[in-house]
Amino acid sequence: MDDFSVVGTSPSRIDGLDKITGAAKYVDDLDFGPGLLYAEIVESPYAHALIKEIDTSEAEKMPGVVKTVTAKDFPLTFGLYMKDRYIFARDRVRFVGEQVAAVIARDAGSAKRAAKLVKVTYEPLTPVLDLAEALKPDAALVHPDLENYEHCPWFFPRPKTNIAHWRKTRRGDVEKGFAEADVILEDTYTVPRYAHCAIEPHVIAGYYDAAGRLTLWASSQSPYTQRNIIAEALSPMGLTHKDIRVITPYVGGGFGGKAGVSMEIFGAVLAMAVKGHPLKIRWSRAQEFYNTSQRQGVMAHVKMGVKKDGTITALEHTLHWDAGAYAEYGANVVNAAGLSATGPYRVPNVKIDSVCVYTNLSPTGAYRGFGYSEFHFGLESHITRIAKQIGMDPVEFRRKNAIAEGDTLAYGAKMNPGNMQEAINRCAKAIHWGRKETSEHPDRVIGKDISLFWKAPAMPPNASSAAFVKFNEDGSLNVMVSGMELGQGYMTVMAQIAAEVLTVPVDKIRVETPDTDRNAYEWQTVGSHVTWSCGNAVKNAALDAREKIITTVHRALGFPEESIYLENEQVKCQTQPEFSLPLCEFVINGIQTKDGTYRGGPIIGSGIFMPEFTSATGDPETSQGGHPNVHYTVGAAGIILEVDRKTGKMDVLRTVLAVDVGQAINPVLVEGQIVGGLLQGLATVMYEDIRYDANGKLLNPNFTDYKIPTALDIPQETIPIILETPQPDGPFGARGVGEHTMIPAASMIANAVEDALGIRIKTMPVIAEKIALANLGVEYDEVKGNTMGFCYAKKPDEYPFGILT
Amino acid sequence: MKTHTITFRLNGETCTLDVEANELLLDVLRDKVGVKSPKAGCERGDCGSCTILLEGKSVRSCLILAVEVDEQEITTVEGLSRDGLSPLQQAFLNHSSFQCGFCAPGMVLSVTELLGKNPHPAKEEIQEAIAGNLCRCTGYQPIIDAVLELTKK
Repeated sequence: MDDFSVVGTSPSRIDGLDKITGAAKYVDDLDFGPGLLYAEIVESPYAHALIKEIDTSEAEKMPGVVKTVTAKDFPLTFGLYMKDRYIFARDRVRFVGEQVAAVIARDAGSAKRAAKLVKVTYEPLTPVLDLAEALKPDAALVHPDLENYEHCPWFFPRPKTNIAHWRKTRRGDVEKGFAEADVILEDTYTVPRYAHCAIEPHVIAGYYDAAGRLTLWASSQSPYTQRNIIAEALSPMGLTHKDIRVITPYVGGGFGGKAGVSMEIFGAVLAMAVKGHPLKIRWSRAQEFYNTSQRQGVMAHVKMGVKKDGTITALEHTLHWDAGAYAEYGANVVNAAGLSATGPYRVPNVKIDSVCVYTNLSPTGAYRGFGYSEFHFGLESHITRIAKQIGMDPVEFRRKNAIAEGDTLAYGAKMNPGNMQEAINRCAKAIHWGRKETSEHPDRVIGKDISLFWKAPAMPPNASSAAFVKFNEDGSLNVMVSGMELGQGYMTVMAQIAAEVLTVPVDKIRVETPDTDRNAYEWQTVGSHVTWSCGNAVKNAALDAREKIITTVHRALGFPEESIYLENEQVKCQTQPEFSLPLCEFVINGIQTKDGTYRGGPIIGSGIFMPEFTSATGDPETSQGGHPNVHYTVGAAGIILEVDRKTGKMDVLRTVLAVDVGQAINPVLVEGQIVGGLLQGLATVMYEDIRYDANGKLLNPNFTDYKIPTALDIPQETIPIILETPQPDGPFGARGVGEHTMIPAASMIANAVEDALGIRIKTMPVIAEKIALANLGVEYDEVKGNTMGFCYAKKPDEYPFGILT
Repeated sequence: MKTHTITFRLNGETCTLDVEANELLLDVLRDKVGVKSPKAGCERGDCGSCTILLEGKSVRSCLILAVEVDEQEITTVEGLSRDGLSPLQQAFLNHSSFQCGFCAPGMVLSVTELLGKNPHPAKEEIQEAIAGNLCRCTGYQPIIDAVLELTKK
């Protein structure tokens, strides 16, 4: 099956022309006519408070105002894995910026002015703004009603505490493993919160018509899941799935931030409040930061034991996550990390505790990497340190312990194919590992590192995909699916998969953005799983169409079915070398037989895919017994980093990333994921530095103060390397790759900085200012005063090792 | 609020309309004229997705009042594509330079301005020219590569 004609080639993106000409339409580009209404959200100024009274009377008197809405109108909760999120704050607010009310008006200016007239009386409560405080027995509770929330069966919330979920993974005997070790190293690493920073803000438009049908136009990664979450949340209002239609045009970047439901719920309920009028809400850049979902902060305690020969004997990895006010999606980040926090290593004795802690900061959720970027920072920093401590080359240490096909994972299942050794070797070669380099500049020093990574899609065990394909009169094809073109090239890849099976060229295939009334089902475009999952569905749909073509030809012309095949948009027959019939001659109108009648008709195909080997039934105390992940994609990355010892300024002279994608359906698109994802990862460690004040207010919700890289801030050279060890159940052998490419970036910088300067930084980000200060013996936290990057007020070293355990 | 009648050239066509004194050019182009390629990404001049060419110079349409463009010439990406793709657009297409595409219209215009002044820019000059256009997807490399290949001597 290695002899592909379209798979493995890089045709031009099928959405390229739309995007380069300005023709591509995003939600905010759609017109909704003169009846369009606008809404402004009234937000909480407190991180934690009781709502005593809401007085909307003054706002309602203002000209142009149509209606005000509060939790009284929609006293409902929603959520993906746990229904803990309130549509409008009811009785209490849980973070600064939380929605308390909405004002709907005929123009945006009137809505904004009227929102200022809504009077809310609060009774401030003690906010939960420190992980250790949050876990004390007498802690203030963010969710006093935790025991009443519906949640998926693999979450274990602890009522009357701030723990939304606790994933425990146990393998072997860690005490025995530490007893066998020659060296034990333990330390604490912290990773702050991050914002996705898609350039397109969230936008939602809703229209609830006179017949009771709700249509939503969403900037989204998840049309079907949004429909499902909204239908479940609004079922008390009498709405069913059939009544809700989600249309998702092009989306201007997602990175996890547009997965599940966040502000989209307002589009649904506010449209319902003004039946017959379309309504649109576009989030401001500031709201984009504080009221969608952020990446969680984490405090990671790592204890590792190794023998002198470099064998890892035991790992204790305790992760305390700052989940913020709502964990309906984010608790699954905690879960995913808790299953996989061994990293891509063979570890015989494992104890992982991954604890999801409610706090009074912004809600958190999916972010490209889904917990793996976070725990890899500490783990990969630790690996380099412990290797050096036993006098072993850190790359050799990684080679010795790297995971391989057939190894037993921490939760008992077996590792899938993936060539980590080759990834390490290729990266080591690219950065001349082992060769010390010196800068021409007297103030600058050069350091290097190789870090490894792995990641599995995090999803329910039965998350599924479906696809329709339909032929047109000229033999062209529509592929109708509901994955989202986030920019990764999904549409092009789906077209290539259909093209491979049906021999129709990619430029004769149209893939449209989803509409839940028209296109086939897709769970969500998250977890780097759509190439694999939806790719299988498209392949199955194309095979179904091919089967119908063969049946039609057989019925009309009598050729044996097993001798009929497709080639270059034509039907051929092995037993009739002269015969060829172009698809365009019969795929709609059928084939005429000798008596003048026709056989066949429009050719359509449908296909589905759902993994049937996965389960989330592992023992809650050990995680043994289930099969929660479909597969891991593995790889390595390397860096040559120049650091100015006076300013701390870094210059990435070269970086390389090798990833085993099974089969690159489109190599140029995979390289796009490597180059773009690696910079997003480098951004989290070199530039982005989120800051909350001591009352839980976000201080830098804009691109002036929260720096993402510009074209001037990129590596001098990035080398993408694609490895292809086929995934047996992947379409043509493919595995996912979208998230993985940002995972190794943070530890690479921390390790290379130590290699260059001898300074070990254990708190992300590792920005120039922090390096320069460390070089002077000054703590970054001292100069940053009373601010924090996530929910912890003290220094990491002041926390007890493993707060809970 | 007092309205003003303004006349400007947009992509080669004359456009006359009434605007209020505080209306932003970005909003007027998108909501009153129907030109949707300039995007609202931050509304404070940080991201560059609302970039247009005003008298040939790239500017942020979210930082300009509509009344300021009376008698001036505006180009958006719709104007570049009228008679087929420009060589720059073709180069971007060939290199799969964009992913989500949201920054693309602004990026195309910033590079168009650069190439008007400097037909053979060095890599650093390209980086400088697009430093005001944020892209979260591509890592900028395929954008720079496309321009370098198009303009190499």
